[in-house]
Amino acid sequence: MDNFQTGKTDSRSIDGEQMPEDWTTTLRPVSGWFDLKLRELWRYRDLIMMFVRRDFVSIYKQTILGPLWYLIQPIMTTLVFTVIFGKIARIPTDGLPIVLFYLSGVVSWRYFADCLQKTSNTFVGNAHVFGKVYFPRLTVPIAVTISSLIAFGIQLLLFACFWFYYHSTGADIHLQGAVVLLPLLVLQMAALGLGCGIIISSLTTRYRDLAQLVSFGVQLWMFATPVVYPSSIIPENWQWLLVLNPMAPTIEVFRYMFFGVGTVNPGNLLISFAQTAIILFVGVILFSRIEKNFMDTV
Amino acid sequence: MQNNESEISISIGQREAPSEKAEIRPVNFSSGNQLAIRLEDVWKQYRLGVINHGTLARDLQSWWAKKRGREDPNLRVDQCAKGPISSQVDSPDIGTGDRFWALRGISFDVQQGDVFGIIGRNGAGKSTLLKILSKVTAPTRGQLRFKGRIASLLEVGTGFHPELTGRENVFLNGAILGMNKHEIRNKFDEIIAFAELEKFIDTPVKRYSSGMYVRLAFAVAAHLEPEILIVDEVLAVGDVQFQKKCLGKMEAVGREGRTVLFVSHNMAAIQQLTNKCLLLHHGQLAYFGDVSGGVAEYQSIGLDNSQFEAINPQTKLEGFNIARACFEIDKLASGFNKPLSFSLFLDLERGFEEVSIGFGINNSLGARVVTFEENFDSLAKGRVSIEFTLADHHLPPGNYSVALGIGVRGAQVIYQDSLLSMEIFEQEIDSIYLGGKKDRIGAFYRPDFKLSNW
Repeated sequence: MDNFQTGKTDSRSIDGEQMPEDWTTTLRPVSGWFDLKLRELWRYRDLIMMFVRRDFVSIYKQTILGPLWYLIQPIMTTLVFTVIFGKIARIPTDGLPIVLFYLSGVVSWRYFADCLQKTSNTFVGNAHVFGKVYFPRLTVPIAVTISSLIAFGIQLLLFACFWFYYHSTGADIHLQGAVVLLPLLVLQMAALGLGCGIIISSLTTRYRDLAQLVSFGVQLWMFATPVVYPSSIIPENWQWLLVLNPMAPTIEVFRYMFFGVGTVNPGNLLISFAQTAIILFVGVILFSRIEKNFMDTV
Repeated sequence: MQNNESEISISIGQREAPSEKAEIRPVNFSSGNQLAIRLEDVWKQYRLGVINHGTLARDLQSWWAKKRGREDPNLRVDQCAKGPISSQVDSPDIGTGDRFWALRGISFDVQQGDVFGIIGRNGAGKSTLLKILSKVTAPTRGQLRFKGRIASLLEVGTGFHPELTGRENVFLNGAILGMNKHEIRNKFDEIIAFAELEKFIDTPVKRYSSGMYVRLAFAVAAHLEPEILIVDEVLAVGDVQFQKKCLGKMEAVGREGRTVLFVSHNMAAIQQLTNKCLLLHHGQLAYFGDVSGGVAEYQSIGLDNSQFEAINPQTKLEGFNIARACFEIDKLASGFNKPLSFSLFLDLERGFEEVSIGFGINNSLGARVVTFEENFDSLAKGRVSIEFTLADHHLPPGNYSVALGIGVRGAQVIYQDSLLSMEIFEQEIDSIYLGGKKDRIGAFYRPDFKLSNW
């Protein structure tokens, strides 16, 4: 019965052939610690754009309001914050018009939260596609950051409209030169969201319960960040806690850029950049370790 | 491409069926000694769920239990720490404990331009091998090398989004499979024409019928132009006409000199399309070489996996013992329309009279399709063996179970359903008008006929 050893017939068909010098791909069990495969990602750039397009289009197909939803959401959130935190709780806003204050927080925070939440579902949410065909897994998180960026852009325009309205009605807000740093801030938020999202995504291939924590966690994180309150109302001896939160300086600087008002500490900003870089680094390492075999456990 | 000893059904009596026309494969331009794929000692191991219980809380619980030397509370019911208890996994050395070797030491080479078939029973490791070849998962040991772009078709319609139109999905699916926008745009019209969906291309895919869906999905995949194409038995979907189209397309791809790896259970398709094949059995390479040899090996393995013998089945009559009931493998050619032989080895402690022995063959739905029975006036004491041969059973290809019934003087000695089981394999039937799908053929005859003028 045991003729299934490789003795039955030749298992190799070499028969004196030459081996080609150049193999295109080699697959091995372990990948490196930092195996990003950027060139491959570049080759798949069309796919990344297709994903962006798909994410964008599928949201509002067959809806009445369509792309207007990108504007309605921040407006509604700002309205709720204005009523609850502004009118009812009467949290100070550093002397800024309340609506503008909350809108700035909502728009900037939204980008980070979207990047994080959508990326954290990469492996589990796309398992069926990942299990059937190979394409660089990083394309999905990257597509998420890009499509979120487009949404952010739309909301930024909305914010600009409000800004001009308040400016023209005499509010004490001044655009700062630091506004050129905006792309840098966006990059930092994307990197942080991507890094955290990748870490969570990698862990959820094994432990599904982490996925439940994400939306809850992001909400808590928002309250721990000066989004609905200015950092100036935090007591002096608790200010150091903000250093632990890489998003805190970002939001404050964002507000400062457009309003000229807010507590800004360049040192804290640099620290937050460093924290972001570390998190992204850890995320990428985790990702490249996991991506080869996650289909076995996801 | 096709081996010239293509299989033909053996007809009744002595008449040979006319041979199939052999297809001559055109000269392969890129032949030469180039290798397209090389596998070197590839092993793949899966962990059988002991380590990961799905939640952090449970894993911690198991870890804590192990630390304290207690039994793991989260093991599945059919497992113990040393390995599966149930005999569901029928491999002899499945691996100990919680590990399972799905592939063991696979090494082979595929030359450029080969159309290569991968066959094996369910559970042999074909899908695992394909997943590794498609880079969906990585090998545990060993390495694989490829020359050229790989495209694999493990599922039709990967990544289709129901809200997007057919047009948008063609681009999305094509990009997922590895094409870039220009390629897709250039081939767009061809793809739509192949799928025959010109009118529907701008409606969302969720409105498509399943046939349309599959046609579109395959059309995109068929127009990939990789150097290496890997196809799973995805071609089992769709109607006959569509399947023919798919097979035709794969043949065309092979003729262009690209390398194709094709996994299937359909021996007829394998023999038609491929020029070399690889047989996997329990994760090991059981055969590598020409197609007819591989198919023959597959069929003989099939026999071993079928339950071809039963030892000591219980009887109700004291003194009437059945030592063994089995198929006669040497005399068996488990193919379609080839003879079937069963043997009974009896150990009788005394003589018995008016013995009736019958075998019943049930099809996969449990319906009885053949009964044969013989009466013996008397059987003497001692060890008796009886061999029954069914020369022309005409059973169509499929899975069958064999029931045994024995009576002595009208009293039942034994009746056991599913004592043995077997699979009858199809071979290419030269039946143009009524044949086609194997389960439509029924019992196949070449009838006697009388030819005259009127």
